[in-house]
Amino acid sequence: MSAGAPALTLDAVSNKTGPTSEALQRHRDAQALAYRCAETVGAGLEAGVTEREVARRMRAFLRENGVADFFHIPFAWFGERTAFRSLKGPWTPLHFFPTNKRLKEGMSYVLDCSPVVDGYVSDIGYAGVLGKPGDNRIFDALMRDLAQYRTLILDRIKAGDTLSEVYAAVDVLIAQQGYESRHKVYPGSVIGHQVGRMTQRRNMGRYAFGFGLRTLETLGREIVTEGIKGRSPLWAGGRASRHAPTPGLWAVEPHIGFRNVGVKFEELLVVTEDDAFWLDDDLPHVRRWQEQGLAAVPVLEGARS
Amino acid sequence: MTQDVRTLAVTVEGGKLSVRTYGDPSKPTVLLVHGYPDTQAVWDGVVSELVDDFHVVTYDTRGIGASKGPLFKHGYTLQLLADDLYAVADIVAPDQPVHLVGHDWGSIQAWEAVTRADSAQRFLSYTSISGPCLDHAAMWTRSGIRKPTPKAAVRSLKQALASWYIVVFHLPVGPRVAWRLGLAKQWPRIIRAMEGTRLDPSPTLHRDGSRGVLYYRANMLPKMRHPEERPTTVPVQVLTPTGDRFVTPALAAQAPAPWTERLYVRKVHGGHWIVVKKPALIAERIREFVQSSIATPGGPEPVRSLLRAEAKQGTKDRPEFEDKLVVITGAGSGIGRATALAFAEKGADIVVADIDSVAAARTVELVELLGARGYPYTVDVSSGEAMEAFANDVKATAGVPDVVVNNAGIGMSGPFLATEVKDWEKILGVNVWGVIHGARCFGEMMRERGEGGHIVNLASAAAYTPSRTLSAYSTSKAAVLMLSECLRAEFARYGIGVSAICPGFIATNITRTTKFVGQSAEQQERTRQRITGLYRRRNFGPDKVAERIVDAVRRDKPVVPVALEAKAGKAISRLSPALARRMAKIDPTG
Repeated sequence: MSAGAPALTLDAVSNKTGPTSEALQRHRDAQALAYRCAETVGAGLEAGVTEREVARRMRAFLRENGVADFFHIPFAWFGERTAFRSLKGPWTPLHFFPTNKRLKEGMSYVLDCSPVVDGYVSDIGYAGVLGKPGDNRIFDALMRDLAQYRTLILDRIKAGDTLSEVYAAVDVLIAQQGYESRHKVYPGSVIGHQVGRMTQRRNMGRYAFGFGLRTLETLGREIVTEGIKGRSPLWAGGRASRHAPTPGLWAVEPHIGFRNVGVKFEELLVVTEDDAFWLDDDLPHVRRWQEQGLAAVPVLEGARS
Repeated sequence: MTQDVRTLAVTVEGGKLSVRTYGDPSKPTVLLVHGYPDTQAVWDGVVSELVDDFHVVTYDTRGIGASKGPLFKHGYTLQLLADDLYAVADIVAPDQPVHLVGHDWGSIQAWEAVTRADSAQRFLSYTSISGPCLDHAAMWTRSGIRKPTPKAAVRSLKQALASWYIVVFHLPVGPRVAWRLGLAKQWPRIIRAMEGTRLDPSPTLHRDGSRGVLYYRANMLPKMRHPEERPTTVPVQVLTPTGDRFVTPALAAQAPAPWTERLYVRKVHGGHWIVVKKPALIAERIREFVQSSIATPGGPEPVRSLLRAEAKQGTKDRPEFEDKLVVITGAGSGIGRATALAFAEKGADIVVADIDSVAAARTVELVELLGARGYPYTVDVSSGEAMEAFANDVKATAGVPDVVVNNAGIGMSGPFLATEVKDWEKILGVNVWGVIHGARCFGEMMRERGEGGHIVNLASAAAYTPSRTLSAYSTSKAAVLMLSECLRAEFARYGIGVSAICPGFIATNITRTTKFVGQSAEQQERTRQRITGLYRRRNFGPDKVAERIVDAVRRDKPVVPVALEAKAGKAISRLSPALARRMAKIDPTG
């Protein structure tokens, strides 16, 4: 890292020796906490609860567990909003914020939270459905097929592809599966972004547009400093992502949708100079895929090439 | 068939009916009642189609043909005519209920019969062709007057205009004398001119025409003035001929709805005298209905088009394309797949054809996720043999399609002189021959079935927008556009609509598979990536095209440009061909 960017310290990853195990463990703990939050809140959902109430529950859970700051405020989406569709017109960035939409039996939901623990950032996405498997067949199919993206993305990064190439491969897989890319709706159409450790204390606990002020400051600075090197901390399909991933930690969040249902996962990917791996395999969706025998699913023909 | 015919006379109050029976009396009985001014001979064609499977019975109604009847109008009330019908049924099938079919006045009489109390013990089913229950019609007209919405006013006015002859028949002397003084002689010519149907005039036509006027005089005014509530529990199939000059489809379809428990309304193409014009079609409709579980307990499931024809209560909640069958080629990706999903979402069953079997199977999975049925097929549309086998297979497994979307297509770009013969053969094979085969195979089936349908052909904005880089592609699409326009004109008479869809730059797989002739493999890959990126940034998805296709079918649109550039291209090609020629010289791929 250049000395000009001390705020986002990527000391978790060192070029030659690999990531320092202590920093990685702290990120892993933060991520585990975030997933525990989503699982706990998800398991306690009942028909009639609103997105706002669920977002509050996530925030309360994390605060109780010692979290003082968020990378972004917790998000909760229900029903057609999991596919970023508004029933009343076009989707705008304001639609990301939790609303008073109520959860119903058989409805899909997505929870997204990003606690910062002692400066160690995590950012996760968790998709579920109110009810049992089979209640929402579209959700079940999407969730099953989502497993392929975890394999595809890691394979392509390990093979040394540029971020925009991986992005295009994900698009091809989405097209083959017959779904729609919903991460293209995120600001900047990003499928992922770089994260690290935030060490500054200023502006802690303050938010703008749903993102922590510290996040925006860090990200803004990163966009400039990385931009000078022809790289971007944001992972999208355009020219700015025509480079191999910068070594460090990346939050990767493929979000796919079909009709009025959307699912995603979001987890941290560790990138070193010559390798890459998912920070943690002990996560709810991965365990679920393992139980279904989908953990190492082959990706559809064509998406790999 | 003729050796099977048996004639008998049935004596009724005030007359004697001449009855003919055909076929094996142990088989289910189908009783056919003729209209005005026909005799039972009007059913000859239908009888010969049905006689192998049924015990078929026809008769001349009272006072007509070989039957005798009273001289004055009070001898021709519907009460008496329905009594006659019961009397015939009791003689020809004493122990078992029969299937009833009526045409024109025969249908009016049969309605009277099936709307009597306990009619379900006499009749298993009723097929009505071009003749409403007069009470139902009167109620329907009144409801239109009571709630005079513009729509109701228009449909009532249409029916009133179509009923001019009823007024004429109430004029004294004139109409009856006209039949005697030469109208009978001219009648076949008139019907041929009006309906395009050849009628064999019966030798008694002058008398029947005149006598039949009494049917109108005895019943029309009393029924219109004092309609009764006449419900029935007998399942009813109403066949509504298109181009019927006397009974509008609105009347035929809507009037019985409040009074029937199970009502099936089916369009047939062929005008008022369809029983003579298309006997095989009518026989088929009768057969499908009476043999199905609707009319015969324990019978087979009704055919798809019959299921769809059911007029359910609360029809508003019914998916728009429920029980319809849609065939889509190239449905493994892009616009084809999006169209499959759009129709599936609206209740249709989908035949998914693609050259890539994995992709077709995947689309079927998605169709099923939406709760519809999907049938995967692997087909090369450019092969006539393969397409014929495919079409026959579809007919055998899923039935005759209601909508066919000839969507499969490939892209090609580059200089004309670099385009080799095999390139031409390839693109014309898929883009042009594919559409021709699809329209031929399925168009023939649709015509045969006689219920109409819709063919959608995917042309392109390139069909009318010349470009130096798209000679092969544009040529193929221009052919599709013109073929669609010609077919539309030709198929209109079969009730088959034809639409050409002309999309602009749609983000689909086509840019990833387009052949750029005259480029090395490496150059091609680069161009593909760049064009794919351009199309992606244009951000016009196939799902929007799919919605336009559904709409084209819904409203029978002729040519549908989709996306702004397609509309602009069309406008320029019309307003300033010179500008279009200039723009054609630009090379967007270079």
